[in-house]
Amino acid sequence: MGKNLFEKVWDEHSVATLSNGQTQVFIGTHLIHEVTSPQAFGMLRDLNLKVRHPERTFATVDHIVPTHSRVEPFEDKLADAMIKELRNSTQEFGIKMFDLYSGEQGIVHMVGPEQGITQPATTIACGDSHTATHGAFGAIAFGIGTSQVRDVLATQTMALSKLKVRRINVDGELQPGVYAKDVILHIIRVLGVNGGLGYAYEYGGSVFDRMNMEERMTVCNMSIEGGARCGYVNPDETTYKYLKGRPYSPKATDWDAAVARWKASASDKDCHYDDVVNIKAEDIEPTVTWGINPGQAIFVSESVPTVESSSEKEKENVALALKHMKLEPGSAIKGTKIDVAFFGSCTNGRLSDFEEAARYLKGKKVAAGVKAIAVPGSQLVGKACEEKGIDKIFEAAGFEWRAAGCSMCLAMNPDKLVGDQLCASTSNRNFIGRQGSPTGRTILMSPVMVVAAAITGQVSDAREVFGNVGHGAIAA
Amino acid sequence: MALEKITKISGKGVYVAGQDVDTDRIIPARYMKVVTFDGLGEFLFKDVRFDQNGNKTDHILNDPRYADASIMIVDSNFGCGSSREHAPQAIRRAGFNAIIGESFAEIFFGNSTTLGMPCIEASKEQIKEIAAAVSANPDTQIDIDVANDTVTVNGKTHKVSLKKTAKDALVNGMWDPIAELLEHDADISKTAKALPYI
Ligand code: SF4
Repeated sequence: MGKNLFEKVWDEHSVATLSNGQTQVFIGTHLIHEVTSPQAFGMLRDLNLKVRHPERTFATVDHIVPTHSRVEPFEDKLADAMIKELRNSTQEFGIKMFDLYSGEQGIVHMVGPEQGITQPATTIACGDSHTATHGAFGAIAFGIGTSQVRDVLATQTMALSKLKVRRINVDGELQPGVYAKDVILHIIRVLGVNGGLGYAYEYGGSVFDRMNMEERMTVCNMSIEGGARCGYVNPDETTYKYLKGRPYSPKATDWDAAVARWKASASDKDCHYDDVVNIKAEDIEPTVTWGINPGQAIFVSESVPTVESSSEKEKENVALALKHMKLEPGSAIKGTKIDVAFFGSCTNGRLSDFEEAARYLKGKKVAAGVKAIAVPGSQLVGKACEEKGIDKIFEAAGFEWRAAGCSMCLAMNPDKLVGDQLCASTSNRNFIGRQGSPTGRTILMSPVMVVAAAITGQVSDAREVFGNVGHGAIAA
Repeated sequence: MALEKITKISGKGVYVAGQDVDTDRIIPARYMKVVTFDGLGEFLFKDVRFDQNGNKTDHILNDPRYADASIMIVDSNFGCGSSREHAPQAIRRAGFNAIIGESFAEIFFGNSTTLGMPCIEASKEQIKEIAAAVSANPDTQIDIDVANDTVTVNGKTHKVSLKKTAKDALVNGMWDPIAELLEHDADISKTAKALPYI
């Protein structure tokens, strides 16, 4: 019997079996950022250890950088100190950093792919749970804690338990107005926020075959919201085409050898999966969350649940979610008034997200009273948007156009919700307090749906607002 | 690099009540902006220990009678929420050596074990009894036998449980994986050499 990609990559990177039964796994690429890594360098110094592979470690700043001003020192003294600390440590240990003035800074999960650092059939680790994003390239990518960041810095390995693999097939044609974001929100809704515990998700089927790399990243990004430690798509021509010619991609003669190796890493036709789930593309509609975890999602045409209609196990959570969200049980989600529109994050802050949304935003105005901010996920995305005039389309509509960073996705910088503001967001988490206010409310949706909400001032079906909306998964 | 073998833990306890205490409550996100974990202990339960004006609330951890407690007693699903290691770090650096609770969130449990701080699981009734003992007398001594799964309070020994992998790691001084990872230096080089992209 053949092997799936996870098994192949796992075997190739296994160093040893540890006394607790876990595997010591070699990490090909280590990505670090300013929030969870500075402490790890402190631990290294305490133990008098070195960075084993500084050339396989890459740093950037994203979580706490302000997006409205880039003048240093930053007003937030703590943020300023953390960024400086990362600069010092990367310099001390000889690690490449994509710093604020480089023109290449951005959310760590955008920088890796943009630079060609993220490659198929590799293992990647980063002190951030959305590291799963890199799985879009057929990499096995783990989000890790700070002690593990230390382990990887010191040994380029970490202790891991092997995961089971669940194949998720999405076959058929996506309806107009259904995007990658809807696909993953739907998968999480079907399998639950804990459905992926102990699993790596392998996404496949004709919908994924047709998706471009950015769409695949959107899906893999939110694997963690479905409880899976990582998610991936087998590499194919789309992957190779994306990587060719990027700064860290293999060059010249190495390229053909790399592609041959990547091809061979894809799951074999006759491989084993621990579980298989089949989803029909036609069944997916534009999806929005109504509650306080990403699994509490419904089609935009549906109504918010009631406590009574929920399963016994769910009742308590549903009640808490309805209360926090201040939503009328059983009411239509469509028409819910919004206060803020946030466009950005490592889920949907890429060029294709801005391009697609700009098509519909052009010539329109953000509804009175709605605060709308657009934050490119990286400086390169920002620059590309500016070259295409997309920033002007957003600004003319009434969006604030910001500098690259995580921004209001987790609000560790000055971009925060105030009071119980309700935010239509392209990000990935709708947890209580996630966007900076303990009473703030978040509704997750696709970029085009966020733009529709911004214009109408309420949760809306983009298909109704804009007429015929694009057709979801389009090949690059 | 030999680590301490953690077999027995003794000390005074404090009962921090509440179901589903999440990592945001244990340490609010804004205190994650630190360059080292050293001073995190002072932010433990910050938002419930202090009111908006910075005045101390009547939270149990502000009670001077529990100032030298080193074992925390909690309820169920303790440490749920984000994977931030800052939460167990804050507890550890506030001087705690063990937590006894009805149940723990998975990542929190793992992160705590890596710090050499066992999360011992006890039944609801046992928690009630131990909590009552320390509430009645803050000087009550608690003795945890990590290897044998027992907690002894006021002469009574409770059979409790600790996941085998965590127990093995603690009693064998292997709770921090860095020791073993470093030992395999030659194997690491071998694996790296076989990978064409390294
Ligand atoms: S954009 Fe949001 S989810 Fe992505 S890395 Fe930043 S904070 Fe995390």
